[in-house]
Amino acid sequence: MSEANGNRRLKFEIFRYNPQDPDSTPHMQDFEINELPYMSLFMALNEIREKQDPSLQFDFACRSAICGSCGMMVNGRPNLGCRTQTSDLPDVIRLHPLPVFKLVGDLSVDTGIWFREMAEKTEAWIHAEKAFDPDAQEDRMDDELAQSIYDSDRCIECGCCVASCGVANVKGDFAGPAGLNRMARFAMDPRDTRDDSDWYEVISNENGVFGCIGMMACHDICPKELPLLEVYAYLRRKAVASALTN
Amino acid sequence: MSGRITSTDVLVIGGGLAGERCAIEAAAAGHDVLILSLVPPRRSHSCAAQGGMQAALGNCVKAEGDSPEVHYLDTVRGSDWGADQEVARIFAEAAPIAVRELAHFGVPWTRVKGGSNSYFIKGERVNIDEALENDGLIMHRDFGGTAKWRACYAGAGTGHSALYAIDSEVVRLGVTVRDRAEAVELIHEGGRCHGVVARCLRTGDHSAILAKATVIATGGHGRIYGQYTTNATINEGTGAALALNTGVVPLGNMEAVQFHPTALSPSGILVTEGCRGDGGYLLDKELNRFMVEAEPEKQELASRDVVSRHMARRMRDGHGVETEHGPHLWLDVRHLGDEHLKTKLREVWEICRDFVGLDPAKDLIPVRPTQHYSMGGVRVNKEGEAYNMAGLFAVGEASCWDMHGFNRLGGNSLAETIVSGRLVGRHIAKTIGAGGVDVDTRVANEAVKKAEERAARLLAAEGSGPGAYEIRDAMAEVMIGRVGIFRTGEELALAVNELKELLVKCDNIVLRSKVPGMNPELTFALRIKNMVRLSLITAMGALARTESRGAHFRSDHPLRDDAKWLNRTLARWPESSDAPEISYEPVGVLDLPPGHRGYGRDERIEMEQTIEDYNQGVEQAQSEQGKLPTEGWQ
Repeated sequence: MSEANGNRRLKFEIFRYNPQDPDSTPHMQDFEINELPYMSLFMALNEIREKQDPSLQFDFACRSAICGSCGMMVNGRPNLGCRTQTSDLPDVIRLHPLPVFKLVGDLSVDTGIWFREMAEKTEAWIHAEKAFDPDAQEDRMDDELAQSIYDSDRCIECGCCVASCGVANVKGDFAGPAGLNRMARFAMDPRDTRDDSDWYEVISNENGVFGCIGMMACHDICPKELPLLEVYAYLRRKAVASALTN
Repeated sequence: MSGRITSTDVLVIGGGLAGERCAIEAAAAGHDVLILSLVPPRRSHSCAAQGGMQAALGNCVKAEGDSPEVHYLDTVRGSDWGADQEVARIFAEAAPIAVRELAHFGVPWTRVKGGSNSYFIKGERVNIDEALENDGLIMHRDFGGTAKWRACYAGAGTGHSALYAIDSEVVRLGVTVRDRAEAVELIHEGGRCHGVVARCLRTGDHSAILAKATVIATGGHGRIYGQYTTNATINEGTGAALALNTGVVPLGNMEAVQFHPTALSPSGILVTEGCRGDGGYLLDKELNRFMVEAEPEKQELASRDVVSRHMARRMRDGHGVETEHGPHLWLDVRHLGDEHLKTKLREVWEICRDFVGLDPAKDLIPVRPTQHYSMGGVRVNKEGEAYNMAGLFAVGEASCWDMHGFNRLGGNSLAETIVSGRLVGRHIAKTIGAGGVDVDTRVANEAVKKAEERAARLLAAEGSGPGAYEIRDAMAEVMIGRVGIFRTGEELALAVNELKELLVKCDNIVLRSKVPGMNPELTFALRIKNMVRLSLITAMGALARTESRGAHFRSDHPLRDDAKWLNRTLARWPESSDAPEISYEPVGVLDLPPGHRGYGRDERIEMEQTIEDYNQGVEQAQSEQGKLPTEGWQ
């Protein structure tokens, strides 16, 4: 983050459309506000809504880059609004909703339903063999493995990677970067008992890792800096290994 | 849209950890479950819990000798004897099972590394050999107010990993989730709850959801402190208000408000207690470690109420770093080193980089105490059943179950979510009747119509009335200024008057935006009156309680008073009344007699009654307040 400027007049160009309003048509609307030190888009958008246009729709919850609610296109690049500081942006800030996801209104999109469907399609849960035994000590796990799973588990499903993905933008069934990351997260977890042939079905079709055409915008923009390049390499190796065992 | 009615067996309001843990328990038992959530469940505020979840597994050297008994004792001391001790014991005994179950659901808990490990303890680097036979078990870190290392953790993203694991189970079990939906009113008749009126936050439409069991799991209400909270913007007390607006269900101990010692200044973003647990220091502007002198035994790891008060005093006495946003102190984790910060405290490292542009391996972190947790909430019995309302339950932070009393220990709330969710879900699954929902649809339709009319009235209001955001800002200043860490009768009386004035203003709100659909201004305006009501109850409870207990500190009554105030505040808001009614009940049956906590001030006004006499009166006094019998709510 660069030094806060704090004395600029910022111009916001914001995408507006309220599907619930028959009089609304998609358009861009301009707003101006004074920049403050350490101003995030969370602060800026709330100021615009509370002082200038109370109908403006956007989503924030934790405002600390943990919940993944506030993905949006900031000057053409997906990012979390809450962690984007105006001091890192030029005087004109253009905001659009994330593509791929269904629009709720203005900057608000329906990520929840997209991710639930992805979780269902990829069966993103632990496929346990045995039932939980409340009387038993926990199964052991090497701390390094736990750390690797955690690294992948850190995805907050903000949708920024999906919005940046050339394939996900044109192909609705593609699992998308976040979906592929989920697959890897469960595939590396020994508590998940799916075997190579199970995984082959999920990973290796055209909506899985081989649907990726390798532009890797996802890797560059992920707000949590997940190592997606390594994730896809892991999945490709896993797919090949599964194919050989099959 | 009146007339649109959905039915389910179990309706859970809130898709955070407590609600979802409850939902999967009922769903796994074969019941039809519907989760209603303001946001997609994985965006619930549980995801922001960082440092750990307390469970006495006793897996590492510094946890040796730990047991549910020791955890129970820590919890009661932490509560400043305000907790229901029976509930605290139920909790401590179930926590290890619930945490191990999370491992089964996929949480990548940090594990014990057998052999030599290097830790920071009370300012010293210490090498400890972890037993090789414990290698790979769930690891613990130190937290405030505990006798042992007990917090189980996944980096500094414990809440995130737990929530994702539980939500994966929700997906696996096919539980229906209706996200972007808000419960705006309970449907109830004759002391029996039948579900809610829900408002869709995509379209603004209202509909009825009928259920045999309705569970409030909406988390805390920290946003009554406006921006002066670590809480997410969604923590506006929607669930507490649902219960309150029935007129008969009481909220418990609303004046018990936790301030977390280390929120980033000025944004209020949480920085985990795990920083101090792992050896971080608090420094004043002269870079003195003032907590060593203030609390020689526990130092930075006394309970949160105690540490926050020491910090506030330190700043009041001119040792804070002055800024245009007010003073702050420093959190120093530089000595923990880059690698530790980027793995075990990775989320802290990211927050520092993203929100204040600093590197905690090199820089000090600006922190100050900030509203963090609502010990108060919907008063329930040990099975999670709301007082005075059959078929209504509450779990997690939204509830006053009440294991936290007047101060909860760090890591105990995350553990409470899964323990209470599991237990209450099981209770519902076992006791719910086999038949359908037994309610006249007329009652449901009327409730929907009432909610629709309320929204329509707000939209139609014209003129120069106050705006909802303006009332919110005024409320927040009253709460932080007069109902904060240090309280006095004088300030609280002013707060009560000011909040009453704001309450009147709520009826004259005029919206500037009349757009159809969810209309964000309308959505907030529909909540603000409830938030002012919760604020008023908090201030009134604090004004009435002329003692200091846990997080409730009265500068004009600085001692804990077990003779007069060993009780729980209950507040109801009778229909068509312009003020709440406040009453009291005993905290519960005492097992551990009131005494010194082991930190903070060792001086108090002793009980006059014997423990036996106190305990004998508990059952009847609580029944008179509306506590339901444990069986037979159907």
